[in-house]
Amino acid sequence: MSPRILGATIVRILRQLLHDPRTIGMLVVVPALLLALLYFMYDDQPMVFDRVALVMLGVFPFVIMFLVTSIAMLRERTTGTLERLLTTPLGKLDLLFGYGIAFGLAAAVQASVAAALAYWLFGLDTAGSTWLVILIAVVNAVLGVALGLFCSAFARTEFQAVQFMPVVAVPQILLCGLFVAREQMAGWLEAISNVLPLSYAVEALQQVGANANPTATLWRDLGIVAGCVVVALILAAATLRRRTA
Amino acid sequence: MHDPAGSVTGLLGPSGSGKTTLMRAVVGVQVVKSGSISVLGEPAGSAPLRRKVGYLTQAPSVYADLTVRENARYFAALYGYDAATAERAIADVGLAKAARQLVATLSGGQRSRASLACAIMGEPELLVLDEPTVGQDPVLRDELWKQFHDLAGRGATILVSSHVMDEAGRCERLLLIREGALIADDTPAAVRERAGTDDLDEAFLRLIKAQEVAPA
Repeated sequence: MSPRILGATIVRILRQLLHDPRTIGMLVVVPALLLALLYFMYDDQPMVFDRVALVMLGVFPFVIMFLVTSIAMLRERTTGTLERLLTTPLGKLDLLFGYGIAFGLAAAVQASVAAALAYWLFGLDTAGSTWLVILIAVVNAVLGVALGLFCSAFARTEFQAVQFMPVVAVPQILLCGLFVAREQMAGWLEAISNVLPLSYAVEALQQVGANANPTATLWRDLGIVAGCVVVALILAAATLRRRTA
Repeated sequence: MHDPAGSVTGLLGPSGSGKTTLMRAVVGVQVVKSGSISVLGEPAGSAPLRRKVGYLTQAPSVYADLTVRENARYFAALYGYDAATAERAIADVGLAKAARQLVATLSGGQRSRASLACAIMGEPELLVLDEPTVGQDPVLRDELWKQFHDLAGRGATILVSSHVMDEAGRCERLLLIREGALIADDTPAAVRERAGTDDLDEAFLRLIKAQEVAPA
C-alpha cells in the first residue's frame, strides 16, 4: 500500500461522487425522510421511537453503502477500469481501502445529518453521547462498503448486484434484535444472529441508548464489527484477481 | 518475441486471432495457460514492471463520471507524476480544449484519446496500445502516429495493434498472428518482399492463404 496512491484513489472516488449531485442529495435526504416517517408513525410512543430510530441510524448507512459500493465496484469491473488499474503500480489494498475511506467519509456526513435531525428535530433521547452513535454509524457504513466490495465479485450485472442487498442485508436486519429481542428467539435463530455483524452494531447502539458512559460491551461490539470489516476486506482482496481469462 | 527498445512494433491479425490476448499477457492481466512471459527482464505484471508499462485497452478505460483532467491527474498520481505531467499528456492527445469536460460527454474518438492520455502518462518504457487509432480522423491518426514515433525516438518500446494496413507500413517491425500463432515477424519491407507484393493488405492475405495451404 502506498499513501500517495491511496490518497489519490480516495480523492478520485470522492470526485466521482461530487459529479453526481443527485446521489449526494439522496444519500443525505433519504435517511432524514425515513426518520421523519418513523417520528410520525410513533407519534404517541416516544419510547418506541427512541428504540427504533436509534437502531435505524446504524442500519441506514450499512444498507445504503452496501448498495452504492457493490454497484461502484461492479462498474470498475465491467468498464475495464479495474483491469487498467491493475496494470499500474496501484495495489489491491489501495483500491479497497480507498473505497472504504471515501465512502466512510460520505457516511460520516450522512450519519451526522441524520443524527442531528433525529436529536434536534425529532427529539431522539439516548442516555449516551451522539458522537458514539455517529461513530457506530460510520463503522457500520464501512462494514457495508467491505461487504459490497466482496459481493460485487459474484455479480456480473447491476441487476444481480442489487439482489445481493436482500440476501446480505435483510436477514441481518430481521435478526439484529430490533423486531424480536435476540435472547427471545428460537435457539437456532439466536445462533445465526450471533454470527451476523449487524447484531453487534445494534447491540452497541442499544448500549449508547441505555448508558450514559461507553460500556465495555459497546467497545467489544464495536471491535467485533471492525474485525468483520477486516475479514470482509481480506475476502474482497482475494476476489480481485490481477489475471483473468 | 523481441521488440528492440526505441521501436514501434505492429501487431496485426484478423479479428479473434489473439491480438488483445497477447497484449493482455504482456501487461500481465491475462491468465496464461502455458509458458511464461518476461518483459524488460521482469515477469509480466510484476510490481517493478508496472511502473514502466503503459497500457491502452481496446475499449476506453477511463472514468466516464470524471473530467478528462481528473482522469489524467488520477493516473498521473498512480505512477507518481505531478499535475503538469497530466496536462502534457492531455495536450499530447489533442484534448487540451476538452480537459474540463466530463468523459461521458465526449465523442467516441475523444474518449479513446482520453484513455490514451492516461496510457502515455510520463513516457513509459514499454507502451502497449490496443487499437489506439480506431475512430480517429485521418489528421489525428497521423498526429498520433508521429507521437508514437517521437516516444520511440526517446527510447520507448511500443507494441501497437491495428487492423489498418496503411498504419502497418508505419511500424519498424510487424507481427502477424492468426489463431494465436505467429505467422510473420519482419520489417514491412521484408513482409512485402516475402509475399511478392507492394501492397501490405495483399501481402497479409497471401501470407494467411499460404499458411492455410501449408500449415507451419
